[in-house]
Amino acid sequence: MLTLVLCAALIFFVIWQIIAFDELRTDFKNPIDQSNPTRARERILNIERICNLLRRLVVPEYSIHGLFCLMFMCAGEWVTLGLNIPLLFYHLWRFLHRPADGSVVMYDPVSVMNADILNYCQKESWCKMGFYLLSFFYYLYSMVYALLSF
Amino acid sequence: MSTAGFNSQNGTGTGQSYANGPSQNPVAPQQLPGVGYGMTHQPTYNPMQAKAPAPPGPPGLYPSGPYQPVTPVCSYQPGPPLTSYSSPSGQSLLTRPLMGGPPSHTPPQSASPGPRLPPAQATPPPPAVSSTSYYTNPQQPQPMAPAWQYNTAPPPMGQPASINTPPRGPVASHVNPAASSTPPLSTAYSPAPPPPHMSHSVPQPPGPGMPRSPLHGYTQPGTAPPPMTPMVPHTYQPNRAPYGPPPTMKPAPPPIGPPIANATPPPPMADAQCGGAVNSTLPPTEHDCQEGDIECPGTVAGNGPQAPNSYNHVDNKMAGPHQPGPPGRHLGHYPSLPPGYQNTSAPAMHPAIQAATQPYTQAPQPYQQPLGGPGPAQLSPSLAAMSLQSSTPEALRVVNLLQERNLLPPIPIPAPTPCLQQDLQKINCNPEVFRSTLTSIPQTQSLLNKAKMPLGLLLHPFKDLSQLPVVTSSTIVRCRSCRTYINPFVSFLDQRRWKCNLCHRVNDVPEEFMYNPVSRSYGEPHKRPEVQNATIEFIAPSEYMLRPPQPAVYLFILDVSHNAVETGYLSVFCQSLLDNIDALPGDSRTKVGFVTFDSTIHFYNLQEGLSQPQMLIVSDIEDIFLPTPDSLLVNLNECKELVQDLLKSLPTLFEKTMETQSALGSALQAAYKLLLPTGGRMSVFQTQLPNLGVGTLQSREDPNQRANAKDVQHLSPATDFYKKLALDCSGQQVAVDLFLLSSQYCDLASLGCISRYSAGSVYYYPSYHHQHNPAQVECFQKDLKRYLTRKIGFEAVMRIRCTKGLSIHTFHGNFFVRSTDLLSLPNVNPDAGFAVQMSIEENLDDMQVVSFQAALLYTSSKGERRIRVHTLCLPVVNSLSDIFAGADVQAITGLLACMAVDRSATASMGDARDAMTNAAIDSLTSFRQSVLTIQQPGLLAPACLRLFPLFILALLKQKAFRTGTSTRLDDRLFAMCQLKYQPLVYSMLMIHPALYRVDDLTDEGALNINERTIPQPRVLQLSVEKLSREAAFLMDAGTVMYLWIGRNCHPNFLTQVLGVPSYAAVPDNLYLLPELDTAESQRTRAFIGWLRDQRPFFPSLHVIRDESQLKPTFMQNMIEDRTESALSYYEFLLHLQQQISK
Repeated sequence: MLTLVLCAALIFFVIWQIIAFDELRTDFKNPIDQSNPTRARERILNIERICNLLRRLVVPEYSIHGLFCLMFMCAGEWVTLGLNIPLLFYHLWRFLHRPADGSVVMYDPVSVMNADILNYCQKESWCKMGFYLLSFFYYLYSMVYALLSF
Repeated sequence: MSTAGFNSQNGTGTGQSYANGPSQNPVAPQQLPGVGYGMTHQPTYNPMQAKAPAPPGPPGLYPSGPYQPVTPVCSYQPGPPLTSYSSPSGQSLLTRPLMGGPPSHTPPQSASPGPRLPPAQATPPPPAVSSTSYYTNPQQPQPMAPAWQYNTAPPPMGQPASINTPPRGPVASHVNPAASSTPPLSTAYSPAPPPPHMSHSVPQPPGPGMPRSPLHGYTQPGTAPPPMTPMVPHTYQPNRAPYGPPPTMKPAPPPIGPPIANATPPPPMADAQCGGAVNSTLPPTEHDCQEGDIECPGTVAGNGPQAPNSYNHVDNKMAGPHQPGPPGRHLGHYPSLPPGYQNTSAPAMHPAIQAATQPYTQAPQPYQQPLGGPGPAQLSPSLAAMSLQSSTPEALRVVNLLQERNLLPPIPIPAPTPCLQQDLQKINCNPEVFRSTLTSIPQTQSLLNKAKMPLGLLLHPFKDLSQLPVVTSSTIVRCRSCRTYINPFVSFLDQRRWKCNLCHRVNDVPEEFMYNPVSRSYGEPHKRPEVQNATIEFIAPSEYMLRPPQPAVYLFILDVSHNAVETGYLSVFCQSLLDNIDALPGDSRTKVGFVTFDSTIHFYNLQEGLSQPQMLIVSDIEDIFLPTPDSLLVNLNECKELVQDLLKSLPTLFEKTMETQSALGSALQAAYKLLLPTGGRMSVFQTQLPNLGVGTLQSREDPNQRANAKDVQHLSPATDFYKKLALDCSGQQVAVDLFLLSSQYCDLASLGCISRYSAGSVYYYPSYHHQHNPAQVECFQKDLKRYLTRKIGFEAVMRIRCTKGLSIHTFHGNFFVRSTDLLSLPNVNPDAGFAVQMSIEENLDDMQVVSFQAALLYTSSKGERRIRVHTLCLPVVNSLSDIFAGADVQAITGLLACMAVDRSATASMGDARDAMTNAAIDSLTSFRQSVLTIQQPGLLAPACLRLFPLFILALLKQKAFRTGTSTRLDDRLFAMCQLKYQPLVYSMLMIHPALYRVDDLTDEGALNINERTIPQPRVLQLSVEKLSREAAFLMDAGTVMYLWIGRNCHPNFLTQVLGVPSYAAVPDNLYLLPELDTAESQRTRAFIGWLRDQRPFFPSLHVIRDESQLKPTFMQNMIEDRTESALSYYEFLLHLQQQISK
């Protein structure tokens, strides 16, 4: 039950991420406006704001996912746990390989605009969304199945 | 052509050889004519190839025709062989030699070689030689098989030898004649297959050959004799050409000798002669051409030869017996492209020469032809490739790096020219400003992946240009959908419409654009300066500024702690600023301000009306505020006297300070607040680690780990304070330039962020001290002068656009990336370079050219909004060989260095080093597997990438990336900064310093600039073996120069240049050359001065001798030598080879 709710939260996070990256990518299309120096401040603040939000969401997302992995383990749901373990390790890996300068976890405003990083992040969030959606329905199915079999 | 070049190189040798040729065969004289013919013909030939390689129709006739396309094997072979055969008597010999030679070679490799060789030897070696050379040309066309044969050529040569002479001529003629007379030949050739044998038997042909040759052209007749010699020369020549002619010569003879065997001894001569002969034959026209072309022709010629050279070398080393082996190698070289090159190239050369410039350009037809890929729809890809090759033979000539030592050209390497139609080429962007790693863009990403070379651009957009067209116009014509500026590469559909070359949208030509202000005529939009210049500057109308242009604002932030005062930099700075205060770029609105700091922040009230500057001290560094915000930044013109007063008193003001702490973070915050309303430039002078308040840093360097071979820590910033501040600055159009004058660790990794993301620059003077380190002081003075007076652009943005289908994904340099294609540059200076990496997102199938446009919008120091636009146009190709032919090894090295710097910070130094080595391995493997059709031993690289392994090794030994040698962390990080933001020309010197011998400078070949004579010594390899105790050498490593004096240096040099009586009297810390009134001194100083004038920073000069402290530093730059922790060049090559053959 709880996993269901949490999973819905994760899906929400990921969707928000996707929107954020899209916002990063689509700078205002008016070129003259874009090259206007007064716009620079705005734009940079914008990028920083989005990056900060993204960064703040990283830890909750990872910890929620970690939490229900733990729950599956306690409940002895080995199959479900097996499905989630790859993602868990991926999260751990990302978390441990973050840039070295302390405060920045990920999504560094100075590099996030490089198209390759942006592309990577976007792809990552789409994949995650797919995974969360699938697992959402899987959990739903499992729950209904469990309820029925009582 | 090439031969000509050779000749020149060979110099005397050739001439003689020539004579020999003649002596051997009367024909010689004829040859000459033949040569002439060949020359002429060749040109035509080339065009043919270029245009319709496929058509071989003519080809049939032509060996060459077929060759080119076919390159390889079949077509070529048939053609040539036949021809040769047909010539049998005369030409056949020639051809044969080729054919036979090749065949025999190939076989030899397997088995026959041995035998054949002997025969060859037995046969007239000399002829053989000549024939070979010839053959090479012809053979090349033939693809593989011929090529192989070619290798064998030596043997054939022998056989042909007698024949050879004729062949040679024929060959040359072939090319030309081939086209015309081919038919007969072909028939003759057909027999050719036997060539090898034929060749042997051929000897008879001489007579026949002669006759036949007539068809081909005189070549046969005339050539016959020469051919013999020529052949040899070819091999030689090529070798020579590549190396340095002279050296090669020597080697070459031996090689020949081996193949030919004992008999040959004469051959060598013959070779030489041949070479000469060949040269002579071709030379007439070609000579000049080659010389002019230098690279292309010479190289082309060189290519063929080179292979031989290597061969020769091998032989020499290996010994005669080995011949088979060497042949194999040769074959390898030749077989694949080289032969083709040679043949084609030779022709190409001619044409090229004729054309004047490049071969491709010649191709009258549109780029398509040159491109090969595009145009030649008809042709098969390979054919197209061939055609390309023919046009750019030099670049693809196969070089066996293990066998050829002297690959370094004696002059600085020019940028390769993209294979474009001539009229486009003429107006294309200057490579110093805009340069691509691949001058031929692959059609698809998969092709690019196969080539394993990085695709990217290197820019120097704000370079000081002597001629820059400036356009003032109320409407700037731009594409309506992608906003591209109109440029020379757009197409005008008619008078009223133009098609954008980036997004292909059709736009209207505005009425105003119809009038041409230059010629004052109407209705010729394509004659406007915007459409005639790839680099142009617009003065932007008011819609490009939404706020008034920013005034020039300069804020100086000076460290005045005890440590800083100790170094004595303050007086130098103040003096420099006083001297240059009138030269600061700006207008009547220019503002200046000063902030000093130790543990507190000091502001200076310079408001008009004060009798003397007022110092305001803010000691609350946690919550910084501006005491009198209005009077700290003052108008320079109105308050100049106060500013001057301040500058005069500053050095003494803090003389006695005992404050050792440094609150840099707070000072920067204060400065940011000060500049917030206007934007501008901060110049920060820092001498120690900031240790108070925000932005405090700790020493992270462990001196004992400096030489750690495993990994280097702390390459990324310790705090993001500076990065965040830089972003704030960037948003307010403030750039921060950092001058670091420190003897201790300063954590440049963290401090550097402040400049990196605000588009500033970093200067670093390790161990700066006003008394102990006078060289640094001079350096600092000169740099400051340049810094203060150079051009500057404020509130700039740069956008790089490229043709639809390409996309930019990573940027390198100092800036903030504001959008995926927009760089935010609060300041832009003329010494900043940028690099970008690109990928191909959509196939470029239907395009023949792609364009890149960098547009830099900035506010000049005079308050004008200006746009500087650079447009680069490059061909699209669809074959791997074309991609390799267009590789720009310097640009690739520069881009790889940038990528490696990033990798070091995000992953690890070890990773970055591996990545660089892998880059070399991957691209050479790809070349070997995809482009070379014949596999052979050795480490093979196309000529255009021959320096690639050397540069990679140089990078691995560069301060930034070396391991195992004690390197201070800051030195390393500074080197990384420089690699990232210096323009390519300067970073290449840092990577691979230039070494010159300077004790025997002469005026020969000197440049004459401003009535000063500047000697031009040749660039030597960076190896101790090039040093000699009897001489003096100058090493130019970009930011520093070393003058190394040999222990037994000629006393004349010591007294005339250094002004000391003996070696022992050379002072230890000599960093200035005395101004002596002697010719030697003048030459040396002129040369050093000229080198210095070429760059914006000031390289200090250190005179060193064996006992000097700097000697190890000097020796570390000897990249080709082995050090305790790093491989020598040869070992590195072996390592590469091992990896490649896995």
